[in-house]
Amino acid sequence: MTTSAFSIVHFEFLCWAALWTIGLSAIALVGGSLLGFVIALARISSNKSLRWASSLYIQLVQGTPLLVLLFLLYYGIAVFVGPTIPSIVAAGAGLTIYASGFLAEIWRGCIEAVPKSQWEAAECLALRRSQRMVHVILPQALRIATPPTVGFVVQVVKNTSLASVIGFIELAQAGKLINNSIFEPFTVFVVVAAIYFGICFPLSAWSRTLERTLNVADR
Amino acid sequence: MSPIVKLTDVHKYFGTYKVLEGVTFEVPRGGVAAIIGQSGSGKSTALRCINALEAIQGGTIDVCGHAIQDPELNRRALRCDVGMVFQSYNLFPHLTVEQNIMLAPTCVKLMRKPQARDLAHQVLAQVGLAEKAEHYPEQLSGGQQQRVAIARSLAMKPKLMLFDEVTSALDPQLTGEVLKVMEELARGGMTMILVTHEMAFARKVASQVIYMHKGTVWETGSGTMLDSPRTAELRSFVNNGL
Amino acid sequence: MSYRFDFLALLPYWREFLWGVLLTLQISATATVSGFIIGTICAIARADGSPFIKRLVATYVEVIRNTPLLVQVFIAYFGIATLGVHVSANVAASIALTVNVGAYTCEIVRAGLQSIHRSQMEAAECLALSRTQIYWHVVIRPAIERVYPSLTSQYVLLMLASSITSQISAAELTAAANRIQSVTFRSFETYIAVGFIYLVLSFVVRAAFALFGQTVFTRRRKLGTAL
Repeated sequence: MTTSAFSIVHFEFLCWAALWTIGLSAIALVGGSLLGFVIALARISSNKSLRWASSLYIQLVQGTPLLVLLFLLYYGIAVFVGPTIPSIVAAGAGLTIYASGFLAEIWRGCIEAVPKSQWEAAECLALRRSQRMVHVILPQALRIATPPTVGFVVQVVKNTSLASVIGFIELAQAGKLINNSIFEPFTVFVVVAAIYFGICFPLSAWSRTLERTLNVADR
Repeated sequence: MSPIVKLTDVHKYFGTYKVLEGVTFEVPRGGVAAIIGQSGSGKSTALRCINALEAIQGGTIDVCGHAIQDPELNRRALRCDVGMVFQSYNLFPHLTVEQNIMLAPTCVKLMRKPQARDLAHQVLAQVGLAEKAEHYPEQLSGGQQQRVAIARSLAMKPKLMLFDEVTSALDPQLTGEVLKVMEELARGGMTMILVTHEMAFARKVASQVIYMHKGTVWETGSGTMLDSPRTAELRSFVNNGL
Repeated sequence: MSYRFDFLALLPYWREFLWGVLLTLQISATATVSGFIIGTICAIARADGSPFIKRLVATYVEVIRNTPLLVQVFIAYFGIATLGVHVSANVAASIALTVNVGAYTCEIVRAGLQSIHRSQMEAAECLALSRTQIYWHVVIRPAIERVYPSLTSQYVLLMLASSITSQISAAELTAAANRIQSVTFRSFETYIAVGFIYLVLSFVVRAAFALFGQTVFTRRRKLGTAL
């Protein structure tokens, strides 16, 4: 890229980078969901040490900045595994941990939001704990959990921008690269922001619609 | 004696639905008027119109010299003269009983805190709750909360008190303690208009009973009117109600 | 696999860590206070303003909530410079965080305002209180008391997110860490240490909010129940 005004070439580069933003979000969400679900279950488990450990994990993830977590993984992997590991590994791992810590807490809340009478009713039908969970509680919790989960997807998409600090080329990093060559920071970052908005706003709107339908259905 | 409240041919619509269709009555100073009627008869709406909580589309209402239908009505001056108590108490949950009562005198009448506190204790004593000043509403029973609501209105020294089904949310036991307070107020000469389902109370305390039906004053008279209704509607209402 | 941890190498830099902590707290506190004021005003405007104002506030909230803070920080930093005004990175950082947290505060306080029942305002109206008095005594105060836990979480997140401003070289804790690791080459230890400091800070900030809440909301202190 040569020094010039912001052009269609730059925009193309940004769009390509946006695909990496989406890809990284997908990795974080899949990994974060699997890990987060296990931790949410551990959080409400009858085993005290499991509850304690999962609670500690959530406190750790929610009590430290994602940025520091990413640095930590980036340098940690470099130290223990070797410096040639691509940055997507650290970025993917960091965002997975981040997403799991928050999703676990969101989902725990949703599971606990299922009325106690439902647990009791299931117990009276002589279902085992796992059966109660699978057949009675989780289907109901899923309904409650959908709007906040979709809302959290927005947070994940936005926070993939932090992967730029460890050199992963996604939307924000692409913006920085373009800016380094043409130095039109305002234009570049407004366009970058607009692309993020284009990804996030529909999700936010969808989350709100889901919430509204849920509230209506509850009435 | 000149009336303190005078409604003349009051009309009120919610959209196209007519709630009040030419309501006319007056209440003299020191009078106690009980408005009775089925739900949907417009009795609560009439009361709310008197305090300018609802706009009217026709007729005139005069309350303590305030013309309610006037678009230039000074609502705050009106509310200094009129106290109102609601079915759902509507105490402010984040304030103590005392603070609930002191709020309006300090904000509106710019009374100093110590005076306002004295006043609060005085009105609380009047409703028999002097020892509850430091409590929060949620720590009180429904009947106690309603008595605090009455005290809160009294602290503004109103010339007229409006009671909108104030005992409807209470069980019979608690209803009694609220009615007792209201009866004492009436005996003290307070002008009162109450919308109520308590027929016995209306018969005993009211100087004037107003039976509303289909948005109009169907029948009106003294408390004894309930013993010998003239219209079939009031007769069936009284028989079903008792 | 034979990495030897050496946290002692960081010890000489304790002053820089401490300085970073103070600056992080300063930036976060500035953004919290000003963001709270802006957010509350926006929430009221959105509930009770003219249609144009409502739209304007809604747009502000949506734009901020659907774009990354990192990009907002860049735009604030370079945008202010484009206007020809020279501000330090820390000022730009405080401005960006204020604008950001203002939008989140607006949404939280709005939910609080919506939770206040109309009958409360009606009762206050019947006591001859003016519009402003009603808003202040009967609407805003209980609304904020009600959403105070959500606000606390949001402001803890803000404190953690202020680390992002290290990317415009605002001087705060993460920036201090970046510098220290580049001097000591003890990156892993540095970020473990700094992560731990943030963890402690988030507890401290949470505790400070709890304490403040106890002082301001007497009802909560006395009854221990949520409004």
